[in-house]
Amino acid sequence: MKDINSVNTRLVPVSFEYHCPESLEEALKLLGGQGGRVVVLAGGTDLLVKAKQRGVEPWAVVSIRKIPSLAHIEERSDGLHIGAAVRMIQLERSEAVRRFFPLLAEAVSAVGSVQIRDMATIGGNLCNASPAADGSVALLALDSTVFVASLAGTRSVILSKFFRGPGKTAIAPGELLAGVSVPYLPPHTGTAFARISRTDMDLAKVNVASSLTLDGGKVSRARVALGAVAPTVIRAAAAESVLVGGVPSDELLRKAGEEASKEARPITDVRSTAEYRRRLVSVLVRRTLVQALDRARGAIQ
Amino acid sequence: MTRMLRLRLNGREHRFEIQDNALLLNVIREEAELTGTKYACGIGECGACTVLLDGEPALSCLILAADAEGREVTTIEGIAAGGLADTQESLLEEGGVQCGFCTPGIVLVSEALLRENRAPTEYEIRETLKGNLCRCTGYTNIVKGIKAAADKRSKR
Repeated sequence: MKDINSVNTRLVPVSFEYHCPESLEEALKLLGGQGGRVVVLAGGTDLLVKAKQRGVEPWAVVSIRKIPSLAHIEERSDGLHIGAAVRMIQLERSEAVRRFFPLLAEAVSAVGSVQIRDMATIGGNLCNASPAADGSVALLALDSTVFVASLAGTRSVILSKFFRGPGKTAIAPGELLAGVSVPYLPPHTGTAFARISRTDMDLAKVNVASSLTLDGGKVSRARVALGAVAPTVIRAAAAESVLVGGVPSDELLRKAGEEASKEARPITDVRSTAEYRRRLVSVLVRRTLVQALDRARGAIQ
Repeated sequence: MTRMLRLRLNGREHRFEIQDNALLLNVIREEAELTGTKYACGIGECGACTVLLDGEPALSCLILAADAEGREVTTIEGIAAGGLADTQESLLEEGGVQCGFCTPGIVLVSEALLRENRAPTEYEIRETLKGNLCRCTGYTNIVKGIKAAADKRSKR
């Protein structure tokens, strides 16, 4: 991939065929052809930047914007089902998302600018597999499952098994991310999201999504997801086990933050240093847990 | 591959013969010859290429023209019939314009904001402007201009 400062970003230097199928089946047929050099176009905010850098040189592009089944948010019995082509701004404004998963609404409203959120989709955010993706961190903390469609049928993949590395997912050639399902939270649960970045428009140096469930004064369930501190977004399992069974206290939440910091595997890059990221993890985890606890207690009252 | 693109641009039906890999920005500036839509960063950071796509702010440098088929595109040229929009007038009055390069994008995001939110707070205005870089004015007068436009509208 060429350095962004060395290319002419006024145009896309790669020639390809554009397709805009109106059904999932038609899209899958197109994706099955041409030896894997067919790419899915959703919002385009990542794909077209990559194409300008020749980081992707497709023979054909399949736009999914006219496929009705990918464009809906649906309340189902087992959770909220979000189509892959649902845009960030739709999630942010959705009554159902705000009611059931304020964490997700909070996370996606932190993404880029109004323009970016108006174009970018949740499916694209997941498939781009950035270790710093705000949407992915929130969905990971929410125990989400993704649905991957192919001509052979649809398979489900739990989100923790979906990411395989920076830019890498479990999606095989000929497959398409159809949507993501987010199970409803147990009662007495509070959630919170936090991110630190150089400016609001930048990718996060570190982002964290946490969820705490209370039962009889103790933590009965905890989820802590970290972004930008490993090759993929990750769950902080040790921090979660410190929390579960414990009586919430400043000390417990601080300890969870420290555990999470040990589990992080950050690197130094243009956005931050490994050392700073590690310190941020403990601070942001504690901060989200304090807020999540507050909200869980509010849910009980 | 080339194709015929049907676009509703500033309220009028247009047809353009385009390449499949053409960006909406390329068609607006080079085919329709509407040069109010600016090219600057080309990677979605600066907002100079902002247009309204079906009424919502979007970046024409990151949209394939083919993907805008049959949709309504509004550029800065289509924002007011004849004269200036009230947002444009208020920006001028408050000194929110210097070189003017970022202004079309800023006017378009402000239009979208004010249509949805008649009385935005300063925070909401600044949030909306997050994706529009200005290297001259330092934003203070731009925010004032948008606030002034909102105040005038609420008095009408």
